[in-house]
Amino acid sequence: MNIFVCVKQVPDTETKVTPNGDGSFIETSSIKWIMNPYDEFAVEQALQVKAANADSTVTVLRVGGVKDTEALRTALAMGADDAVLVESADNLDSYMIAKALKGAIDKTGKKPDLVFAGKQAIDDDCLQVPQLLAQMLDIPSVSVVVGFEMNGSKLMLKREIEGGSLEVYEVETPVLIAANKGLNTPRYASLPGIMKAKKKPMAQHSLADVGVSDSDRRVKYSQFTLPPEKPAGKKFEAMEEGARAGVVKEVVGLLRNEAKVI
Amino acid sequence: MSKVLVFAEVQGDDVKSVAYEILGKLSGQSVDVAAIGSIPAAAAEKLAKHGAENIHSIKGDKLEQYTPEGWSNALKNFIGDKGYDYVLAGSTATGKDLLPRLAGSFDAGMASEVVNFTFDGGTFAGTRPLFAGKCLAKVEITGPKPHFVTVRPNALGMPTSEDAKAGATNEATVDAGTIRAFVKEIVKGASEKLDLTEANIIVSGGRAMKNAENFKILNELADVVGATVGASRAAVDSGYAPHAMQVGQTGKTVSPSLYIACGISGAIQHLAGMRTSKVIVAINTDPDAPIFTKADYGIVGDLFEIVPLMTKEFKALLG
Amino acid sequence: MNFEYSTEQAEIKATTMKFAREVMMPKASEYDQSATFPKDIIEKAWELGFLNTCIPAEYGGVGFSAVDSMIITESLAYGCMGMNTAIMANDLALLPIVIGANDEQKKKFLTPFTEKPLIASFCLTEPGNGSDAAGLKTTVKDGGDHWVVNGEKMWITNAGFADLFVVYATLDPSLKHKGICAIVIDPKESTGIEIGKPEEKMGHKCSDTRGVRFNNVKVPKANMLGAPGEGWKIAMKTLDHSRPMVASSAVGGAQCAYDHSAKYASERQQFGRPISQFQAIQFMVAEMAMKIEAARLLVTKSAWLVDQKLPNTQLASFAKAFAADACMQITTDAVQIYGGYGYSKEYPVEKLMRDAKLIQIYEGTSQIQRLVIAKEIFSRS
Repeated sequence: MNIFVCVKQVPDTETKVTPNGDGSFIETSSIKWIMNPYDEFAVEQALQVKAANADSTVTVLRVGGVKDTEALRTALAMGADDAVLVESADNLDSYMIAKALKGAIDKTGKKPDLVFAGKQAIDDDCLQVPQLLAQMLDIPSVSVVVGFEMNGSKLMLKREIEGGSLEVYEVETPVLIAANKGLNTPRYASLPGIMKAKKKPMAQHSLADVGVSDSDRRVKYSQFTLPPEKPAGKKFEAMEEGARAGVVKEVVGLLRNEAKVI
Repeated sequence: MSKVLVFAEVQGDDVKSVAYEILGKLSGQSVDVAAIGSIPAAAAEKLAKHGAENIHSIKGDKLEQYTPEGWSNALKNFIGDKGYDYVLAGSTATGKDLLPRLAGSFDAGMASEVVNFTFDGGTFAGTRPLFAGKCLAKVEITGPKPHFVTVRPNALGMPTSEDAKAGATNEATVDAGTIRAFVKEIVKGASEKLDLTEANIIVSGGRAMKNAENFKILNELADVVGATVGASRAAVDSGYAPHAMQVGQTGKTVSPSLYIACGISGAIQHLAGMRTSKVIVAINTDPDAPIFTKADYGIVGDLFEIVPLMTKEFKALLG
Repeated sequence: MNFEYSTEQAEIKATTMKFAREVMMPKASEYDQSATFPKDIIEKAWELGFLNTCIPAEYGGVGFSAVDSMIITESLAYGCMGMNTAIMANDLALLPIVIGANDEQKKKFLTPFTEKPLIASFCLTEPGNGSDAAGLKTTVKDGGDHWVVNGEKMWITNAGFADLFVVYATLDPSLKHKGICAIVIDPKESTGIEIGKPEEKMGHKCSDTRGVRFNNVKVPKANMLGAPGEGWKIAMKTLDHSRPMVASSAVGGAQCAYDHSAKYASERQQFGRPISQFQAIQFMVAEMAMKIEAARLLVTKSAWLVDQKLPNTQLASFAKAFAADACMQITTDAVQIYGGYGYSKEYPVEKLMRDAKLIQIYEGTSQIQRLVIAKEIFSRS
């Protein structure tokens, strides 16, 4: 079985994000990069499928900068067989990334049976690449997957929707699966795994190699700014019986209309 | 002026309210609304009031239940060559999954999860959070049309004025094409409370709860707003709640969008576990309690009086 | 000259720190307070290859350099100095085998540790001999086709769980260090080993520390490391590797205290602003950062010398004394920065302060390190 996993390298969650000088992106010089946390669930599920199916290979794919290849190396250390890196700037849009991933899969000459990805990347939070890639590969996709069962080529996938409800999908390979937290417990990269990963193949392509050019850009970002400071809170006096109902009504109204959390 | 299609989702006898929020920002554009299924008459009326010129109920085989391929194919066929410049939808569970696939089928660009937007001269420009909200940026779309946009629910707010248009209703029958991933069943999740660390809303009780039984009033509030119940260390140490419910340095670190602290003074160890909550409501009888320094909305009052009132109020609002 | 980690070293650091944060830290306080031996955590760490880093690749090890093993130890000590002591004790016990054993012995004694999560104990210290290690009283006598070991050992880490002991004993106390032997004892194949009760300690409470008595324990002749009387030489070479390692654990503990302190100082408000804006706090935190970096550089250089097969005795003692003393100072200041909360078990820093103290004592006290350094200085002049 040919299994592909798409991973992205994102700033560590602890990173303090600051816009760069001209507001065209964020300051990336001192960022610690990690594998996108949702992608860890994708890698783990791929490795579990590989373990259960002889003659399977897991290929990890990444589109991004080459200064640090942490995400791919982590996936190889966890147990993936080989890696493909498409070298690019860090600010491609979802369409370009999906197209580059499609090109990278095509270049391996292998027909994908399973493609895994994280449900979203925690940097641009676009939640587009998995569905776009599935559309480009002309295969079905199921996103926000928290349950995975596989029997031969048949899969049963649980997709989380609002209120913790689940859509249970039945589908046959090939399929793209976008993983959510809760799908599994990702393994740690073991130290022998890290040492072995050194010798695993990592192919490297340019964007042009995989058929992506500037004309593929669909989304432009500008004016990166910090969100406004949180204003001081409001305090209401409601010790007296007469004041209570009014205060509660007001606060509930503010939660709905001002804070917009209800 | 642009030609815009707003994709709405039917829910009961209405459509999800994000559709109205979006309509409220589209004044000056030529706007149609479409939904898969039958748009209820009352909803159609409301959509017209908020600026919908045409209201399309899209029907076809295998479209009752959402599937990424079925709905994407159906909308692709519906949109066809009608010449829409933009397609906007709420970034709901369905919208988030459907729109990227649909955009892909047009080889078109999409802006996700915008929290505000303008149509200056008929051209879309949005604002969206990136890096988990640590940053905001302006987003614009280029390339083949239509352009696709998902809008975060509750971000724009309901429109305050009306911009009534004809709202001609219409039924379209379309082909859902090949569906390879089917939904076999839907498992309802209402009874399963989310874990504290994943909960979107948390209602927490402190030492002032006085005993374990009193947590009942927090559970009632939690049921109404779809929250998970937590507790402070003081409440856990006093035996009012199990350790699994503890929020704080030695308990769980949480960052829900709404945290309601009831009778919690706000010891630093508790604050450390919940300070990243988006909005904090504090209810405490002590006006100098440290929790009020972190609260967006503080109510100086007795939780045993305030919480039941709040439950009632939310019930009326969300009913 | 290069101060950068290699790609693999950066990954080793990332995965061990992840383990420290996600697996060790959440359990550190609980295991400390209940003095529970972290068997489950040791097994998980073993599965990921964090244990027995000194075993060479030809005997089933991963093949780490000394510098690599310092990175691992620092991370694990960051997670919990007590748990790390249990883990590090394996290396301390296996190092004499790596250094002094013949090929057959290495195969026999080291390889099983790469196949199962086994525990090893290093037995040098005695009730009457700590710093004066060469004056040890435990004897090893020729019993014909075997050796016979008699004597009492003290403060033996992992003793209650050990699958293998490496014991230092003397042929004749009057020979002083020239009579000392290093011998491997398999408790499963021996009779006469008496394991004492666990010691109740100030810190490192989850690590298992006991007295061990050897009563006429018969040991196969093949278990002697090197020739009889070569034990001291082996012990000294072991220290050259183990002292940087212990120093590295001090860096890990200090880094943990520093991270807690810097975070807390930014959050804790007094007089209407975060205490990190007060110079008194800034000085303490700056001092911490400075000492941690200096200690880590000493550790890395002393380990690098091991990898280059160059003498490092003086550097190893620099590292051990400096890092241990820095760790004590830093963890004490961490408690100070936390104020009343710091003195409470509710917060992690009081444990760090208790754990730090031991590092100034074991594997050669801070005072012994200074004696070693002085000896190196004056014996060369």
